[in-house]
Amino acid sequence: MFKILKYSFFDLIRSRWTYIYCGFYMLFTFSLLWLSSDLSKVVISLMNVVLLLCPLIATMFGVMYYYNSREFTELLLAQPVKRTSIFLGQYLGVAASLSASWAIGVGLPFIIYGVFGSAQAGNFLMLLLIGVVLSFVFSAIAFFIALKNENRIKGFGLAILAWLFFAVIYDGILLLSLSIFSEYPLEKFSLIASVLNPIDLSRILILLKLDISALMGFTGAVFRKFLGTGLGMAVSMIVLAMWVVLPILSIRMVAIRKDF
Amino acid sequence: MFRWILTCFLIPMGQGAIWANNILVCPTCPVFSVKEGIRLADPCDTVTVDGGHFAEGNLLIDKELWLIGKNWPVLDGEGKTEIITVASNHVHIESFKIENVGTSYTEDRAAIRLREVSDFCIKNNQLKNAFFGIYSQHSKNGIIEGNTVHGEAKEEVSSGNAIHLWYCDNVKIINNWTSGHRDGIYLEFVNSSTIKGNLSEHNVRYGLHFMFSNDDNYLQNTFRNNGAGVAVMYSKRIGMHGNLFEKNWGPSAFGLLLKEIHDSEIEGNQFQENTVGIFAETSNRIVYSKNNFIQNGWAMRISGGCQNLQITSNNFIGNSFDLAVHTSGVDNKFDGNFWSDYAGYDLDHNGIGDVPHRPMKLFSHVVSQTPESMVLLRSLFIDILNFSEKVSPIFTPENVVDNQPRMKKWTVVSTVKTTNNALPNPPLPGKFLQPAMNSQEGAENHLK
Repeated sequence: MFKILKYSFFDLIRSRWTYIYCGFYMLFTFSLLWLSSDLSKVVISLMNVVLLLCPLIATMFGVMYYYNSREFTELLLAQPVKRTSIFLGQYLGVAASLSASWAIGVGLPFIIYGVFGSAQAGNFLMLLLIGVVLSFVFSAIAFFIALKNENRIKGFGLAILAWLFFAVIYDGILLLSLSIFSEYPLEKFSLIASVLNPIDLSRILILLKLDISALMGFTGAVFRKFLGTGLGMAVSMIVLAMWVVLPILSIRMVAIRKDF
Repeated sequence: MFRWILTCFLIPMGQGAIWANNILVCPTCPVFSVKEGIRLADPCDTVTVDGGHFAEGNLLIDKELWLIGKNWPVLDGEGKTEIITVASNHVHIESFKIENVGTSYTEDRAAIRLREVSDFCIKNNQLKNAFFGIYSQHSKNGIIEGNTVHGEAKEEVSSGNAIHLWYCDNVKIINNWTSGHRDGIYLEFVNSSTIKGNLSEHNVRYGLHFMFSNDDNYLQNTFRNNGAGVAVMYSKRIGMHGNLFEKNWGPSAFGLLLKEIHDSEIEGNQFQENTVGIFAETSNRIVYSKNNFIQNGWAMRISGGCQNLQITSNNFIGNSFDLAVHTSGVDNKFDGNFWSDYAGYDLDHNGIGDVPHRPMKLFSHVVSQTPESMVLLRSLFIDILNFSEKVSPIFTPENVVDNQPRMKKWTVVSTVKTTNNALPNPPLPGKFLQPAMNSQEGAENHLK
């Protein structure tokens, strides 16, 4: 598996797109830092980017990579290698290269600007971690969708739909249900509902780290009370980990049974 | 007040040798007790205390007196008693260090209490670790100037106010610096008074708290980092000019709370980095003009029953929400402000945008309906929602609209009138300069 991971990883980091992706983040972060020397503001701006772009790029990249390396996969399948290790190796290669692009693209400018001396170091590490986790989650979902669908067009469509669901539609449904049931106490419901969506959970974890959370009033206090504790942090980390593990298990299941 | 200056100040100046005596109190003098000094003094005398540390329990001043400290004499309550009680008109207390009043749950002990007196002057004292700092009840025509009142309050129930006025008339509170108390300045049933140039910070509850007080002005004060800025409640005809409200930040904090305030003017103030800049409830006929709202959570939240508001010529810059209006109040005007997120254009270059601006975002409407939806703050869905509402407004209130949005920032010019402060300002000792300068700074910001 590690051999395949290595192949995929090095194949990808030689790819133009990885450099463009990494370069984009670096340019973006540098220009933000250049425009505003206030690190916390830059972290907020980057938050919007990580929540939007990381999942989108990871989804697209994952699907694209699977379909494009199909011939190589078929070649590998003819070898005496375990199926699961082929697909997991490829998936981990994609996720690792995406995470590396993100971490280097955003991390380098921040480190040059001396984030570790400042009070924002914790928030910065949080941002970095969330970007990595989101890359892992969404490339896993993308791989799973690609494996399930032979038809490329259908696979792409479903992958975009999945991203759209988590990024936009889920929030719409949440808002709708919050306003329909506004007669009831909804703090717990909104807490659980937003913990279940990796993008929402990431957003709230970052918001709570920044002092903007004071805006969130009573609901914010409930969130802080839960997520601020060790238990809450553990729960949210477990949920994020589940979002990585569940698609991987599904990949494994599909990969074993799939007929090529 | 003027009569007092005549009897106690001007006449002694001219004929001091004949009329008013000066009694010197110091640890090595013949009179080595402040209490004794006060007892020996005749009305209109001056008691000068030169240095020393006096723990003499409660000092009752029951005659017209100047009590002047030299070289910072310390009056120590040792955490047991109230320290100075003024029970006579025409009393002047200056340049003392007054310390350790001690918390009591049964009585409101104060470092300096003014009991039913008039024409008093409390000036340039340093109060430390007092339960209540300066407590004035049923008093009028006084000046409280240049004092620093620092406490160590941790919670509301076990702390008192730094400067506390109750049933007072015509008092001037000028250039004081209060911190670490429940309220920095508390006014209840106080009329025709002026609060100017004070700095109020790190208080547990409010920086300045008005209750049932009419015809007051507060100018050029700075309220920073308090539990909740300034609360003005159940009052009429209040003028608020050139103040700085900043960093009142927390789940239930705001810069300025208005509750049942009528016929007031809020002009030339700066609201910066507050969770809520102004929170108004049932407040009618209020003019908000020439204020700066910079980087607040909500610049203004206008709750039910607010009518005849005029919100004009303000700058709204970089707030998460500019306005949240939850009232269908009639006759509210929002015209002629500068909004940093106005996206219109000005083809005829007259400085006024050609497209009306709707400052209330759909999301702030949604949040007012279901506060829980705040969890969606800064999510992509909300951005899309706000955008679509902006293109074709459906949900946001019809009448919350600026028909003449400014293209350029207003230069906020402070229209602060100088107070008719009769007493000349003495040169302040170094430490006192800070609050005065800070509030000046605040005022100067508006001038720029």
